[in-house]
Amino acid sequence: MQSLIWLAIAIPLASAAILLLAGRRADAWGHWVGVIASSAAFLIGAGALMEMISEGGAHPGTTLTLWEFIPGSELSVDVGLLVDPLSITFVMLITFVGTLIHIYSVAYMEHDPARRRFFAYLNLFIAAMLLLVLADSYLLLFFGWEGVGLASYLLIGFWNQKNEYATAANKAFVVNRIGDIGLIIAMGMMFAAFGALDFTTVFAEAPEASTATLTAIGLALLLAACGKSAQFPLQSWLGDAMAGPTPVSALIHAATMVTAGVYLIVRSAPIFNGAPNAQLVVAVVGAITLLLGAFIGMAKDDIKKALAASTMSQIGYMMLAAGLGPIGYAFAIFHLVTHGFFKAGMFLGAGSVMHAMNDQVNMRRFGALRGVMVITWVTFGLGWLAILGIPPFSGYWSKDKIIEAAFVGDGWQPWVLGGAALVGAGLTAFYMSRLFFMTFHGKARWTDDAHPHESSLLMTIPMMILAVGSAFLGLFLATGDRFAHFLEPVTGHAEHHDPVIAIPVIIGLTLALVLVGTVIAWMKYGRADVPEEAPAGSLVTIAARNDFFQDSVNRAVFQRPGQHLTRTLVYGDAAIVDGAVNKQARGWARLGESSRKLQTGQVRSYALTMLVGVVLIALVIVLGGM
Amino acid sequence: MNPMNYVILAAILFSIGSAAVLLRRNAIVAFMGVELMLNAANLALVAFSKIYGHLDGQIMAFFVMVVAAAEVVVGLAIIITVFRARQTISLDEPAELKG
Amino acid sequence: MVNEVLFWIVAVMTVIPSLSLLFAKRPVHIAMSIVTVMVGLAAAYVGLGAPFLGVVQIVVYTGAVMMMFLFVLMLVGVDSTEDLKETIKGQKWIAFAGSIGLAILLIAVIGKVTVQPRNEGPVGDPYPIAIQLFEDYVLVMEVLGFLLITSAVGALVLTHVPRLKPRRAQVDVAKARVLAGADPVNKPMPGVYARHNALDIPALDPEGKPIEHSVSRVLKIRSQTQDGAEFRAQLEDPGHPGNVAESKDGDDK
Repeated sequence: MQSLIWLAIAIPLASAAILLLAGRRADAWGHWVGVIASSAAFLIGAGALMEMISEGGAHPGTTLTLWEFIPGSELSVDVGLLVDPLSITFVMLITFVGTLIHIYSVAYMEHDPARRRFFAYLNLFIAAMLLLVLADSYLLLFFGWEGVGLASYLLIGFWNQKNEYATAANKAFVVNRIGDIGLIIAMGMMFAAFGALDFTTVFAEAPEASTATLTAIGLALLLAACGKSAQFPLQSWLGDAMAGPTPVSALIHAATMVTAGVYLIVRSAPIFNGAPNAQLVVAVVGAITLLLGAFIGMAKDDIKKALAASTMSQIGYMMLAAGLGPIGYAFAIFHLVTHGFFKAGMFLGAGSVMHAMNDQVNMRRFGALRGVMVITWVTFGLGWLAILGIPPFSGYWSKDKIIEAAFVGDGWQPWVLGGAALVGAGLTAFYMSRLFFMTFHGKARWTDDAHPHESSLLMTIPMMILAVGSAFLGLFLATGDRFAHFLEPVTGHAEHHDPVIAIPVIIGLTLALVLVGTVIAWMKYGRADVPEEAPAGSLVTIAARNDFFQDSVNRAVFQRPGQHLTRTLVYGDAAIVDGAVNKQARGWARLGESSRKLQTGQVRSYALTMLVGVVLIALVIVLGGM
Repeated sequence: MNPMNYVILAAILFSIGSAAVLLRRNAIVAFMGVELMLNAANLALVAFSKIYGHLDGQIMAFFVMVVAAAEVVVGLAIIITVFRARQTISLDEPAELKG
Repeated sequence: MVNEVLFWIVAVMTVIPSLSLLFAKRPVHIAMSIVTVMVGLAAAYVGLGAPFLGVVQIVVYTGAVMMMFLFVLMLVGVDSTEDLKETIKGQKWIAFAGSIGLAILLIAVIGKVTVQPRNEGPVGDPYPIAIQLFEDYVLVMEVLGFLLITSAVGALVLTHVPRLKPRRAQVDVAKARVLAGADPVNKPMPGVYARHNALDIPALDPEGKPIEHSVSRVLKIRSQTQDGAEFRAQLEDPGHPGNVAESKDGDDK
């Protein structure tokens, strides 16, 4: 099955091509083609996983070379796929969650005239994302990287008839480009340092490279990861990306694509292992983002934007873990997987709520939906418990490990990073509980035309499956460190270190903070009345509502100086470069203007000129002959 | 009598002919100037023939006459056509080539 | 000796008439002067031992080319005199300077050359010329034949005017006039019914009134007509000597 893994990429890609090329003829059945393609990819991935487990022991990974892509003496890149525990984990996550969301979308997008196109893009995304995680070289990874960027752009702007949605798509695309530059620079430096771009060579030679080189490559990779994963300071696009249809938010902007940055960091572990400073920066970026996302999440009233902020925050956790080195890699991926389940589940729940409430997204107009949407309430509730980290739900097993790992080390780092992770847990509890209570509890604050109802089975079944995953996946994978052992061939064996605080204390503190956050949220939003209009709030609230003025900051720091620079360059180009050319041309034109007057049109003048010429030439000849 | 005198005479006639071409606006008169220049050349050729004691010069003059005859036919036809189109044969009129 | 006289005659006969090219006003005068120049040149050719060429010169230039010039002059208007005033600034003086410069240059060059003329050269009689032409230069002859034919055809093409409208015969003209509503018969002749048969007297209609348009328009413009009323007055004057009826009556008395 592992040798057939290329089919997992090829089938969704072919399906996307068919759906896009078939046109309206495929409108009736196109979405089922999409679902089947995605399921086929899942089955192939599952087959490969079974094979890998049955082989047993530490699986080092299989490289599958398909064809020579760039043959050359200096740089040769083959198209090859790498099937190892890390990539197969991603394959399973992407195809499983992806298939569920495909099924969900069949119902969710039922009334959209462009449903076929939607599925084509979804399939394109699946193919690109699988290419990203299965690639055996940075160059091929880059193809998948760009592919998911394209799919994300197309899907955010899926309803591009609305101007702001199209703008949001452009914003996501542009911000992602900044990250891509990082990846390109990293590839350039790798080529300069190692002469190759495939993982095997690069990772084999990485330990011999100087720390400075590795740090530079690591920071460039971090820039790429920040762009794709919406980490500080490139986080601004994720909130606006919620313009896309909710299944897209669930699949791409919560469960899979935005985790590509974490994948990149973990995949590049050999590089980061040799660059402690780069690792520290990764961890710090993760810590900043997790707190930033949590604050934004506390202030947002838009259910999707609150979830997006939460996504940002949770990916911050993953980055933090990835920045901790070998002890964190496995937990980063572990949290990534559990997060993929519970966040996708919650997004689908949010989509279900929006579906029921006439696409209303303002949580202040929800409330008391528990009664009418029992299935959504239960599935969302399981996701809520999972993200809070309540044992024995999934989030507890992954997030708690990250908090523990953050407290490992010497000096100030464990205190700062661990503290941030700990506080983040409390904040998470508060904003997720706020979201949960505002939506499902309290009094009904519905708009007059809202008639909430439970969604159809096609939508609720995927939610139920994801809810089961949210509830028990963590327990299943954490038993006996099953998942960590599975990943060990890739992430490397982690020495066991004791955190600076005893583990039971950390667990206790975390749970206490979670409890405090939840209780405060219950007091403010569950029991008390929630005003339909948002109150003015404190300075911090206003700042958080405005995403900490990220757009204004970007505008002031990057856009304005950039525009000025561009304008200066344009002026320089027009005045100096063009000016020289134009002046010269104008000079020639003027010369032509004046010499034009010689052309009198008088035949006799021409004849006279000829005669004078003849006389002069004869004179020269005669005088020369003398 | 030195035949070179005839060559000098030919030079004078040639200059007069060229001046006529340059000065006269009437196309027919200018054309006659051209004819005079051709004849001056003929005279020089015949004189050279005499000087070198060879008939080739006369043969050349003969050919020049033939060519001149052909030229006159076409030239006058052109003058007539221009006259039909413009009702004038002044050389200064068709100044359409003015830059 | 004879040659020297001939040279001076030729020189005068060519240079002076050719100056008319520069100063004469009427193109016809110029053409006739050039004819003289051509004749002079023919004489020079004969004197230079080229009698055949001399005859050809007379036939081709004076007989054909210059006559064609005259013919074209007649065609485009023989009475057009040319204003010698120069219209292009500086053209006159530069042209004069250039031509004189050219002459001086040529004469200077010729004057520097010293040649030893052979007194006994071949004479350009028709026979040796023909030998030369049809032996050494036969190809050139044929090419020149093509040239002449081409130029003849070219002249035909250039001067040919395609007929754009159908030919109008006298019958067509008459029919058109009747269709336009003109008088089908002749206009009355002047003086036909008058007692005076001069052209400058209008005819009288049956009522005895003069028909004004019977008199030629030209005579009216020149004011050479006579008024019909004048004659009526004469008719009524018994004492007028021309009044035949009255004199008859007088004779009867």
